[in-house]
Amino acid sequence: MSDHHHKETFVTKYVFSQDHKMIAKQYLITGIVMGIIGVFMSMLFRLQLAFPEQSFSIIEAFLGRSGEGGVMTPDMYLSLVTIHGTIMVFFVLTAGLSGTFSNLLIPLQIGARDMASGFLNMISYWLFFLSSVVMVISLFVETGPASAGWTIYPPLSALPQAMSGSGLGMTLWLVSMAIFIASSLMGALNYIVTVLNLRTLGMKMTRLPLTIWAFFVTAIIGVVSFPVLLSAALLLIFDRSFGTSFFLSDIFISGEVLHYKGGSPILFEHLFWFLGHPEVYIVLLPALGISSEVIATNSRKPIFGYRAMVMSIIAIAFLSTIVWGHHMFVTGMNPFLGSVFTFTTLLIAIPSAVKGFNYITTLWKGNLQLNPAMLFSIGLVSTFITGGLTGLVLGDSALDINVHDTYFVVAHFHLVMGISAIFGMFAGVYHWFPKLFGRMMNKDLGYLHFWITAITAYGVFFPMHFIGLAGLPRRYYSNTAFPIFDDLLQVNVVMTVFAIIGGLAQIIFLANFFFSIYKGKKASQNPWNSNTLEWTTPVEHMHGNWPGEIPAVHRWAYDYSKTDEKGDLWGGKDFTSQIVPIRDGEEEF
Amino acid sequence: MKALFFIIIFVAIAVACWQFVKLLGLTKVENQTATEKENNINGWLMLGLMGFIYCLMILSLYGTKDILLPQLSASAEGKHIDILFKITMTLILIVQFVLQFIIFYFTFKYRGIKGRKALFFADSHKLELVWTITPAIVLAGLIIYGLWTWNEVMDVSDAENPLIVELYAKQFQWEARYAGSDNELGNANVRFIKGANTMGVDFSDKNASDDIPLMVSEGKFVKELHLPKGRKVIFKMRSQDVLHSAYMPHFRAQMNCVPGMVTQMGFTPTVTTAEMRLNKDTQSKFQRINEIRVEKGEEEVEFDYLLLCNKICGSSHYNMQLKIVVDEEAEFNQWLAGQKTFAQLK
Repeated sequence: MSDHHHKETFVTKYVFSQDHKMIAKQYLITGIVMGIIGVFMSMLFRLQLAFPEQSFSIIEAFLGRSGEGGVMTPDMYLSLVTIHGTIMVFFVLTAGLSGTFSNLLIPLQIGARDMASGFLNMISYWLFFLSSVVMVISLFVETGPASAGWTIYPPLSALPQAMSGSGLGMTLWLVSMAIFIASSLMGALNYIVTVLNLRTLGMKMTRLPLTIWAFFVTAIIGVVSFPVLLSAALLLIFDRSFGTSFFLSDIFISGEVLHYKGGSPILFEHLFWFLGHPEVYIVLLPALGISSEVIATNSRKPIFGYRAMVMSIIAIAFLSTIVWGHHMFVTGMNPFLGSVFTFTTLLIAIPSAVKGFNYITTLWKGNLQLNPAMLFSIGLVSTFITGGLTGLVLGDSALDINVHDTYFVVAHFHLVMGISAIFGMFAGVYHWFPKLFGRMMNKDLGYLHFWITAITAYGVFFPMHFIGLAGLPRRYYSNTAFPIFDDLLQVNVVMTVFAIIGGLAQIIFLANFFFSIYKGKKASQNPWNSNTLEWTTPVEHMHGNWPGEIPAVHRWAYDYSKTDEKGDLWGGKDFTSQIVPIRDGEEEF
Repeated sequence: MKALFFIIIFVAIAVACWQFVKLLGLTKVENQTATEKENNINGWLMLGLMGFIYCLMILSLYGTKDILLPQLSASAEGKHIDILFKITMTLILIVQFVLQFIIFYFTFKYRGIKGRKALFFADSHKLELVWTITPAIVLAGLIIYGLWTWNEVMDVSDAENPLIVELYAKQFQWEARYAGSDNELGNANVRFIKGANTMGVDFSDKNASDDIPLMVSEGKFVKELHLPKGRKVIFKMRSQDVLHSAYMPHFRAQMNCVPGMVTQMGFTPTVTTAEMRLNKDTQSKFQRINEIRVEKGEEEVEFDYLLLCNKICGSSHYNMQLKIVVDEEAEFNQWLAGQKTFAQLK
């Protein structure tokens, strides 16, 4: 493996690469670019929400005809929230997060030369790239990008008569998502096969780092649920273009009765959320896996309750596929189903609570190394709890009635899934940057980035719960049509100020990231004194990852600060790499 | 406000630039994890972040008290929801305050010091059992109470002599139809829509002629929907074009309107509009609102119940509303008697 069969050209090395490390970088950079677009959009519509009738030249500059006079049109507002949601959920937090770290870490941490199929892996990335391109192109079509919300419920998304974004923009959205799903299925199958088949000698499933467990289970959820969204998208394309009635029935619009008969939008909602809910965990579990690894390493302690953590991941994954109906309590679904989904939904709180408590116990009596990755991981635990707790309100069908589709929901999912997952992603980037690029990121800029981001994230999303409790529906272009919401404007201004600062603070990250790729300090082989296998590979990337034999594994990944009978650290160090054999008198955990 | 806004942004950028310049001068190589000094500073800052989060929580809880919906639910069913909501919120807030404290306090207390040994503490069945079983018990309670409430709210089968009202949603307005003297709605389908029959009522159905419509006529929106206090109202919801959601926050009620099917939801109004206007929460909220409105040069408003669309339905989704008026039953009957049935309209 280590001897090269062919000479590498620029194209095979950087473009059509089949090396998992290069593909991870490609995913990360594409994810970051999409993230810039998604976050920028949110800043634009936050301006609209806080200053509804004021003119901003930036809006005119970027939105053109839809922002004439510096005020965006209602249709453009809906497009922005739709595309913001789509990009952040799928392109940044699914592909950008899972795609980057599954690709980078699965082979490195299980001890494999590469993914099971490098070719499939390359196709997976390029399909993702293609779907990103289609999504970006859809922003420029004449009738505007898709604007029916990221959940694209028909009939709104099916009928160009209903809103202009449901024309060509929606078609491109569906095409882009179909390609995206194909990409993510190829990726996920590859991850599953690799984890099952290519583990190095001694790397039992019970010795896998929690990152790998998280990526593995995430891939399984993806394989189970993404095809259902694909079918929903295809059926919607049929309804839109070929006159079928899967989701449409009895519609009178623009002065005429349409021919559709017998379909049901609720069927679409079921299909959508059968992916849509597991998707939350597709986004979240990798972030939790990353933070487990980062927190254990930087606490210089084993992760507390490894087995319970694995069981929780599996339990969450299983439950996540049978709770989708909690998005549909007030859609007209049979109330009995509502009861069932309330039951399964609230059950998810149990494994989530176990995870939360285990993180906290891991911090207890540690020797915490508070580097940026660690701060983001602790921030994740904090926002995961803040956001997760309000799930008890939303998952309870009776309580959901009055907060459904209000800003309470927006606050909840941004904290528990948006912010938590993005914190996990930042933690991953700071932690594995030396593995990705062989250099270190600047720590001071990392700190600054964390502090501004953490404060502004809370500043935006905590007050948001309360405007939801005041009854303010989401996806309102402006609240000026209702005098009862006049007193919410101040809260909106505060949130917008935080949002803009938080958005701009990401420039610090970007500057640090791109600067460090070229000019960062050279990394040592194991900069964080970590136990996992990826830190036994050379700093300079090479095909096959290890020169010579792949090391065998003799222990789990969390032997930090392990002491012998006399209370001294084994080997005088507070970490013991997985490749170190069990010593005389030492008990394997 | 706007000026402040730009100043803050400017400061943020300035700080970023300053840091960036600092970065260019950095050359020293040191321990890659974190130095004792960094641990110390960031440990303290973490306590600061905790302080910020607590301030934000307390400020949000108290500062937004006046902007929330009135504490008093305007429907009998809403009272059950409110009790469950209060129990859940109390629980959430206690857990939130305690756990956030523990996270940040541990981060601060155990910030790294050179030479300190972390405790090798990998597992404890006892502890794990505690935090599996405790949430399980608490959740069992919440689930049971929640399901009881849900059935109480959604089950309308045992209502005696309910008032049947159809809510009809279309881009971007509401129409309504009272079931009339037989208290049964005539059949309807969008395929019957023609001329003045904007709701597509099937006039060949014998139940239809006594129905009382609140229609859009000559381009005028329906102004208000009246409901009686103390009588169960069952809403039958339909939509003409896309999904809509009938959201009546003061009654703690919401149900989607789905094209092609009829959805339903019911509640018993318990507070008339006049009574709600005298409510303390309502008054303090509307006092604030009117202060803001006067400042902006807009006219003052009075409290009214509202029906809002709460499912994205197109460009004017943000302005799809209907005023609801709750009357004493006698007044309501009087008002209803003054409305024309389909038969009378013909």
